[in-house]
Amino acid sequence: MTEPLLHVDGLYKAFGALQATDGVTLTLMPGEIHALIGPNGAGKSTLIKQIAGGVTPDAGRVWFKGQDVTALSTQARAQAGLGRTFQISSLAMEATVLQNAVLGALGRAGSVWRFLRPVMRDAALVAQAQAALERVGLADHAATRTAELSHGQRRLLEVAVALTLKPHAFVMDEPMAGLGASGSKRMTTFLDGLRREAPILLVEHDMDAVFALADRISVLVYGKIIATGTADEIRADPLVRTAYLGEEDVA
Amino acid sequence: MRRETILNAVLYLAMPVAAALAFAMDEPFLITLITRAAIFALAAVGLNLALGLGGLVSLGHAAFFGIGGYAMGILAHHAQTYSPMIDSWIVIEGTKSMPVIWLVAVVTSALAALAIGALSLRTSGVYFIMITLAFGQMFYYFAISWPAYGGEDGLSIYVRNSFPGLNTLDPMQFFVLVFVILSAVLWWMGRLARAPFGLALSAARQNAERVETVGLGPFRLRLVAFVISGAVTGLAGALFADLNRFVSPTMFSWQMSGEFIVFIVLGGVGRLFGPVAGAMLFVLLEYLLSPLSEFWLIYVGAILLLVVLFARGGLIGSLAGREVAHD
Ligand SMILES: Nc1ncnc2c1ncn2[C@@H]1O[C@H](COP(=O)(O)OP(=O)(O)OP(=O)(O)O)[C@@H](O)[C@H]1O
Ligand SMILES: [Mg+2]
Repeated sequence: MTEPLLHVDGLYKAFGALQATDGVTLTLMPGEIHALIGPNGAGKSTLIKQIAGGVTPDAGRVWFKGQDVTALSTQARAQAGLGRTFQISSLAMEATVLQNAVLGALGRAGSVWRFLRPVMRDAALVAQAQAALERVGLADHAATRTAELSHGQRRLLEVAVALTLKPHAFVMDEPMAGLGASGSKRMTTFLDGLRREAPILLVEHDMDAVFALADRISVLVYGKIIATGTADEIRADPLVRTAYLGEEDVA
Repeated sequence: MRRETILNAVLYLAMPVAAALAFAMDEPFLITLITRAAIFALAAVGLNLALGLGGLVSLGHAAFFGIGGYAMGILAHHAQTYSPMIDSWIVIEGTKSMPVIWLVAVVTSALAALAIGALSLRTSGVYFIMITLAFGQMFYYFAISWPAYGGEDGLSIYVRNSFPGLNTLDPMQFFVLVFVILSAVLWWMGRLARAPFGLALSAARQNAERVETVGLGPFRLRLVAFVISGAVTGLAGALFADLNRFVSPTMFSWQMSGEFIVFIVLGGVGRLFGPVAGAMLFVLLEYLLSPLSEFWLIYVGAILLLVVLFARGGLIGSLAGREVAHD
């Protein structure tokens, strides 16, 4: 049996009286897209932050590539090969689009302790950054100040920066939000191919995308995973239907 | 050419041109005044790396200015009194050689910045401002209560220190020396802002989470910036002491730190020539206004208020527009 790349084992996290993560266990296998769905406030982003860094769990472990990363910083997890995008875009807003992507390539190369030569003249870094922008369709905006991008474009840039890291796994928190119908379709096609490079743990509200992409779907409600299975299994699951899908239009 | 580039060139050339005019008119006092502006500019250029590019509002940079000043004062004091600085199993003599003094000033202020930065960069915002202020005041009180080197009265140095091939007592030659150093540091700071380190530091200022997400550590970036920043301000301190042939605890005072911030805010935060513009304007106002009123600083304060309220981006910002991202 192949080992999971990412293994979340019995995670708990409470904010005061609110149990945001309530004994979550899940895996991400090589080559798969594992979608995490659930109603607003279910604890999806909180779970992502415990996996990729930012929130420390009260109990439980996060294993990445066989290594316990629970106590590692965000920075160390990124270095270990976790590529991550945020639900609320987190970018250097005054920098250009290309500079944000070059920053990713720089982080990946680890060659930040250089104090003389202009980074934007570093052909290798700029080429990697430009390639990533091209893949998400932002190449035309390379010279744009990031603050001037639309929300959807910022999501694309987050994905591009994650690509420059050449990560071993992606953790994406609602990458389709704000993209619009055609943008979502393009992103769906893109992520479909991306899973061959690295598996994706995908939090997404866009059900068309989730059902089209996911090899497995986990449903998170009140911090608990109430079901995990293929798209068909999830659609058929009575618990899921009442707890979650009932509110959405699945037909 | 970009407007800011032209403005920078004008500001840059203003100093040697003014010095040459003063030289032609045989006004050595004016040359000394311009030298003073250049040294203040250098100190603030150092701070601007931390404050402008790194977003670290240090209200304790006088600590490095003073350390540089006392590095000069102590070394020269021992040299002029022919008393070794350390006289035990090793003997360390004082020196009157500027290059050696500069090296000592840079190394000691860098070490101090490393220690202060390592402790204070764990905080941010107002706490960072307060902690750096506290460290600065610590040095101030220490200098006041340390009798060996003049305590409150400070230390006088009889003859300006020496530089091979120059007569440093000649105001014009000393100005050229200072101006060459300022030029070299400005050149490097311009490069630094565009270098990989500069991009990462500026990104850490804008969004620390972003930097962590690509596997870089904001703390280390800031610490290195703080150390370089402190070292440059320390070098300026050594030059300032040499200019006045005098060091005193006021170099450590929080008012000094505040003035550096004023230079930067007046000129333009994070702009390469912001501190240069600010320091020049400040010294010019001091020269023009202080004979008119002993409360001349009030006018400086009023101008600062106007700049903060109406000219965001300081002088450079209002004349050259918003900063364009480096290509
Ligand atoms: N830092 C925090 N402190 C206190 N409560 C928090 C914190 N972060 C999240 N919460 C709460 O935890 C719960 C889960 O939040 P989370 O953002 O993980 O939900 P989500 O599933 O991502 O929701 P959405 O679909 O709206 O993005 C919410 O009730 C939220 O208010
Ligand atoms: Mg969320």
